[in-house]
Amino acid sequence: MTVITPPETATLAAGPAAPSTAFWRSRGFPLIPVAILLFIAFVAVFADVLAPHDPQIGSLARRFRPPVWQEGGSWAYLLGTDHVGRDVLSRLIFGARVSMIVGVTAVLVAGVIGTLLGILSGYLGGWADQVVMRVTDTWLALPALTFAIFLAAIVGPSELNIILILGLVYWTRYARVIRGEVLSLKQREFVRLAIVAGCSKRIIMWRHILPNVINSAIVLATLMLGVVIVTEASLSFLGVGVPPPKPAWGLMMADGKKGLMVGYWWLTVFPGICIMLMVLSANLLGDWLRVKLDPQLRQL
Amino acid sequence: MKQYIIRRAGYSLLSLFLLSLTIFLFVRVTGDPTALLTEPGASADDIEAMRHQFGLDQPLWVQYWHFIASFLTGDLGQSFYYRTPVLDLYFQRLPNSLLLAAVAMALSLLIGIPSGILAAVRVDRFWDSAGKIFALLGLSLPQFWVGLVLILVFSVYLGWLPSSGSGTFLHLLMPAFTLGWYFAAAHMRMTRSSMLEVLGSEYVKLARLKGLPEALVIGKHALKNALIPVVTLAGINLVVMINVAVVVETVFAWPGIGRLLYEGVTFRDFPVVQAVVVIGGSMIIMVNFLVDILYALIDPRIRLES
Repeated sequence: MTVITPPETATLAAGPAAPSTAFWRSRGFPLIPVAILLFIAFVAVFADVLAPHDPQIGSLARRFRPPVWQEGGSWAYLLGTDHVGRDVLSRLIFGARVSMIVGVTAVLVAGVIGTLLGILSGYLGGWADQVVMRVTDTWLALPALTFAIFLAAIVGPSELNIILILGLVYWTRYARVIRGEVLSLKQREFVRLAIVAGCSKRIIMWRHILPNVINSAIVLATLMLGVVIVTEASLSFLGVGVPPPKPAWGLMMADGKKGLMVGYWWLTVFPGICIMLMVLSANLLGDWLRVKLDPQLRQL
Repeated sequence: MKQYIIRRAGYSLLSLFLLSLTIFLFVRVTGDPTALLTEPGASADDIEAMRHQFGLDQPLWVQYWHFIASFLTGDLGQSFYYRTPVLDLYFQRLPNSLLLAAVAMALSLLIGIPSGILAAVRVDRFWDSAGKIFALLGLSLPQFWVGLVLILVFSVYLGWLPSSGSGTFLHLLMPAFTLGWYFAAAHMRMTRSSMLEVLGSEYVKLARLKGLPEALVIGKHALKNALIPVVTLAGINLVVMINVAVVVETVFAWPGIGRLLYEGVTFRDFPVVQAVVVIGGSMIIMVNFLVDILYALIDPRIRLES
């Protein structure tokens, strides 16, 4: 969504950790968020082994079973079953795979497009800069979710399409920031010396500029991960995301919404908690990385 | 000043042009536009007729010209589902979206401004941390999750509020809060950082040196100046709110523009989807233009600088 968030002045207070301490032992390392993200990644990788049931096949004979601790629950279906009798826990486990694959790939797609165009635009200047920046301005004016819905309505939903759509919608965020960094890098001694030494523009951008903006790109990617996952879940929730019967968390919530009024709370609450934990973790990690890796981005 | 306005207006027009070009190209180039522009289940003859009628057999730039010309005359096409002009549908829903946005904005300012001031006055103390967590949650939690939890608590268990629909003020509360929370977080951050800046300024120091009570220093001298950027942000966000409420309006079945977009996608009513995107984007480009002009009027440095 296009909301201007003001700079976080408080983050300035957190000084850089002493260089001798290990990365994960430095001040304020978000241990719990990282653990949660690693756990979700682990679950996503080993979903086939971990899931007790098939996530896509259910039996109407055992639909709407509550979680094990409620009356009528059974140990076979720890978190209950949904409206067609599929095991909620297994669907959550496979849903982690969908979220991870879509989230990480979309962030990469957006990051690669945005970083490359940001570098080209910032370094070359002139009309290339004008074109990229005017497109960036215009696309940033479109609310991200609305734009994504529009694209999904055109190309139709599939996992690959969702990744491409999210990449297309979010690359502008990278391009804007990276371009700004390139503009200041351009004035630095080592770039000027490279020009004097006769390096081609391509070599300078590839070997001198890119390595210096990669930190910012990583920080942005982590911050974008949360945003992208929420958008993916929202698209699935609205029925234009990952198509059923694939278990996506947003889709599970949309399905479960119908049962909410009659008390089948587990169908919406569990996937909701999963999305919430993943997004919060990504954002906390991103905030920490922003301060740690890249002092310039504290103003982001 | 005149020059500045002309240049800004030029940029905005360019943005509007690029917006229309983007929409046009995505519709025409990614696959077969006839599949989107004709009704689902149309026969091959109908599609051929449609192809001719929309001029899809003509070169791209001619097509683009027709596309722009019809938009400029206010013709956004017919809805497949409702069988009425899309623009009529849009204006039918707009008042509901405005109402929702206004209440959500009021809530977000009521929460955001006081908590932002509190956080700035008590940096790194309890209220500052509480505010940070509130903002983090507001910016991280998906709106459909907040909405469904509210329904679960206030409609299913407590039975205090209606879970969906519109009509009474009670129907407004949950959607407005769900939408407002996200923006309350942004407004809180803005109030906090702007307040911190003002509190370090010379005239606030002077007010304190004069021996004014702290409440007066903060409430009168600092707040007045600190609120300028917040009010600007709120102005932009009011327009943004109208256009981003699709999830909230879907969860609570609120009949606004977001709901219209959702219906457009569900019923495969492509003209509706296209219209919502085009109008929404144009609205935001225009409000950005107005804010730029307003800022230049207030602050001469901006118009002289660029």
